[in-house]
Amino acid sequence: MNIFMRFYHRLASPRHFYQIAGQWIPWLGAISLILLAWGLYEGLLVAPTDYQQGESYRIIFIHVPAAWMSMFIYLIMAIAGAINLVWRMKMAEVVLVSSAPIGAVFAFLALVTGSLWGKPMWGTWWVWDARLTSELFLLFLYLGIIALHGAIEDKRTAGRAVSILALVGVINLPIIHFSVEWWNTLHQGSTVSVMGGSKMDSRMLRPLLIMSFAFKFYYGMILFMRARNEVLDRERNTSWVRQIAEGKAS
Amino acid sequence: MTPIRKKRLMLVGLMVGAVGIAAALALTAFNDNLMYFYSPAEISAGEAPSGHPIRVGGLVVEHSVNRQDDGLTVAFDLTDNNKTIKVNYTGILPDLFREGQGIVALGSLNDKNVFVASEVLAKHDENYMPPEVADALKTAHNDGIAQQAARSLAQ
Repeated sequence: MNIFMRFYHRLASPRHFYQIAGQWIPWLGAISLILLAWGLYEGLLVAPTDYQQGESYRIIFIHVPAAWMSMFIYLIMAIAGAINLVWRMKMAEVVLVSSAPIGAVFAFLALVTGSLWGKPMWGTWWVWDARLTSELFLLFLYLGIIALHGAIEDKRTAGRAVSILALVGVINLPIIHFSVEWWNTLHQGSTVSVMGGSKMDSRMLRPLLIMSFAFKFYYGMILFMRARNEVLDRERNTSWVRQIAEGKAS
Repeated sequence: MTPIRKKRLMLVGLMVGAVGIAAALALTAFNDNLMYFYSPAEISAGEAPSGHPIRVGGLVVEHSVNRQDDGLTVAFDLTDNNKTIKVNYTGILPDLFREGQGIVALGSLNDKNVFVASEVLAKHDENYMPPEVADALKTAHNDGIAQQAARSLAQ
């Protein structure tokens, strides 16, 4: 067994995950904080003013990374859901249910910052165009997953139910991404693309990417914290959790 | 992979595929309803429904904006570089409204084929750059047009 498979199998065991995640949390938090400070400094003070929107465009440094995260986290959840359905892996379930509230927060943040940006630029807080509506649907999917998981008493049954819901909802991700190409929308097209180069000055693009990495590390930190709690709750009758509870181990 | 896992994997794939097809069919069926606005060409061709308010989106034609004395009523031409329609609007315009800007107006055509709008929203593009870069691009664009004109004159 090579080193990667061994690492994978260790993470798949709740007990080892609890220990490894505990070691990683401070590092993820520190990296996230540094990137956040750096990204905000570059975004708010270094990046030039936009030719069309003046200073108002700077909300992009929160809005776009938050929107990306809301989709990225959902993709992670759908993959975890598929792994759980096929391999019945406990940790995949933990990752799925622990990610849902974080994803919901990012979707909410994307909608709120978008609304605050839309009022001065477009002239309206909200329109029912394809991009905005599909992102709102994503928020509802997150809330549905949280509610469904809470409504079912048995954890394994609940895990399987939310796995299916997460997988069904994944079809919304390409719809959100391509909504601005498939239909006429008030929302503008994609600025940043992996393949085709970005329609943004490099001094503006850099803080945007820094912020998106800051959010990724932040997600990693919160995910590990929530997943550790979830693991403790699920394994509360095992001896290793009892040892932690009695203060004999950490 | 054990046979039971292989079967589960296939079921998962089948489920995502089926939901994908269902979503694609539904979105294609409701394609017209998902369009946020019509273009002036579509309205000229009579493709937009009549009888209830519709949205039209396009670029404000340069030098076409005409403000009335009351300061609130404005008339301008809207184009998609194919067809142009006249728009009348009374109210507060968004800050980004200017000649050459993309906008979306909600309203309906009156009997003189003038689009009477009750709401005008600005639509900005996906490009972000500092003003000096925008100026440089514009200068380069104009130079390019001038050069082309000079070349075609020389021929």
